[in-house]
Amino acid sequence: MKYIIAVIQPDRVDDVLDRLEEKQVHLVTVSTVMGRGRQKGISEIYRSHKEQGSLLRKVKLEVAVNEEFVQPAIEAIIKGGRTGNIGDGKIFVLDLADCVRIRTGERSQVAIG
Amino acid sequence: MISHVNRFKVLILTLVLAIWTAPAFAEGATVDTGDTAWVLTSAALVLMMTPALAFFYGGLVRRKNFLSVLMQCFMVACIVTIQWVVIGYTLSFGPDIKGMIGGLGWLGLKGVGAEPNADYAATIPHSVFMIYQCMFAVITPALILGAFAERMKFSAFCAFMLLWSTLVYDPICHWVWGVGGFIRNMGALDFAGGTVVHINAGIAALVCAVVLGKRHGFPAKMSPPHNLPFAVLGAGLLWFGWFGFNGGSALGANGLAGNAFVVTHIAAAAAGLAWALLDWKFNAHPTVLGMITGVVAGLVAITPAAGFVAPMDAIWIGLGAAAICYFFVAVVKVKFGYDDALDVFGVHGVGGIWGAMATGLWAQKAINPAGNDGLFYGNPGMVLIQAKAVLVTVAYSFVLSFVLLKVVDILMGLRVTEDQERIGLDLTQHREAAYTTLD
Repeated sequence: MKYIIAVIQPDRVDDVLDRLEEKQVHLVTVSTVMGRGRQKGISEIYRSHKEQGSLLRKVKLEVAVNEEFVQPAIEAIIKGGRTGNIGDGKIFVLDLADCVRIRTGERSQVAIG
Repeated sequence: MISHVNRFKVLILTLVLAIWTAPAFAEGATVDTGDTAWVLTSAALVLMMTPALAFFYGGLVRRKNFLSVLMQCFMVACIVTIQWVVIGYTLSFGPDIKGMIGGLGWLGLKGVGAEPNADYAATIPHSVFMIYQCMFAVITPALILGAFAERMKFSAFCAFMLLWSTLVYDPICHWVWGVGGFIRNMGALDFAGGTVVHINAGIAALVCAVVLGKRHGFPAKMSPPHNLPFAVLGAGLLWFGWFGFNGGSALGANGLAGNAFVVTHIAAAAAGLAWALLDWKFNAHPTVLGMITGVVAGLVAITPAAGFVAPMDAIWIGLGAAAICYFFVAVVKVKFGYDDALDVFGVHGVGGIWGAMATGLWAQKAINPAGNDGLFYGNPGMVLIQAKAVLVTVAYSFVLSFVLLKVVDILMGLRVTEDQERIGLDLTQHREAAYTTLD
């Protein structure tokens, strides 16, 4: 089991979710986050005073999957999220120790889908 | 069937009503219902400008200080209203003492009732004039709070507001508007409060910004406005309320009110447009905050002139307001580095001074026979009179505001601690939060 965390551009969310859906990956947690990479933030102007934003708005996707879905999920996220510009984001893949479905108490591979 | 007892009750009620309403009929000769209705409506419009200001300012501060701004605006409304009816009104408009201050003849609104006072407004009840002026007394100190936003201790704030209203607003109000007031007797023109309201508050704001000092992190580490749409909402309501502020200052539903209404709208539009264009030119983008700031600057500048200038001249007043205020906000503030947090000096102080001087340029008797002609209408002396009124207001407001701040500082301390400032005034001064994270 792997836990996939992807930080992507906010305007790519719908595309990424569609691509994941095509690969039968239905369960996703999405949150709005702030972050920065190499490109820094966009400066804003308030009454002529420029403020260099150091953080940008991003979206974080979290997906827990069984081994056979790891590669398809990564491909789906890249396919939906890639524009080729700086700031497209990153995908992190972590080992997942366990998973529990709260309603039934099921564990591990069964619970994850 | 009506019983005998009920018939008796009806009879008594009719008698009581007849006695009660009798004086109203007696006044019919002097009180004009149209004038009274307009001034009452205007009073409500001007009152609304204080909560409007709360949202205009509140949207511009950080989320941890939003409530503190709303609270300060409402608290000023409460404190100053009580101050006004007890002593403020009589100090401002009461029987004159040597041109300097109103006497105590109307202490506690004694004699201020349904009977008009011909000295100020012959066609509306005296009480209506009093409550209309009350709304001006409320919003003027409220304007100042934008300068020291996000760092003043609430107790010190309350004390300062009460003292400032009594010792700065009331005397200047008397000098400019009170019968016998020395600036009024100089022949200075201030239709709706260029000197009394905007220059007065703007200068006090500058003093506050300097005496309280900068916010931690200013200017490099300040966060952007936490909710610009609220600021836009506030500015929109200010624009709306300003028709009562300037239009109502005619103290009647008449042609003068119409002129004030028209020029107010024109100047606001001209200034909003001009500020957006300046932003476009110098910052590459027209900004929302820039445009609404321009609108307010235009409204400020037309305030003293509204009852004296013609519609086409109002365009120049609006354009001038945008250009001059833009320069002060974008250049002068940066150069000198004072933390006038929400640009009260840059917009109200500077815009007010421009408006007062512009009145000396474009006023004409053809618009208001009770006024005077300005420089462009053959009377250069008018500019000098306006300059004198501005200087006196600036000097008095500057010195007294400084002294009062020092007094309050010694008595209770002006600023919150650095810790409290970091946590925010909402939580530390009021134990509340504007927004929740969950639910």
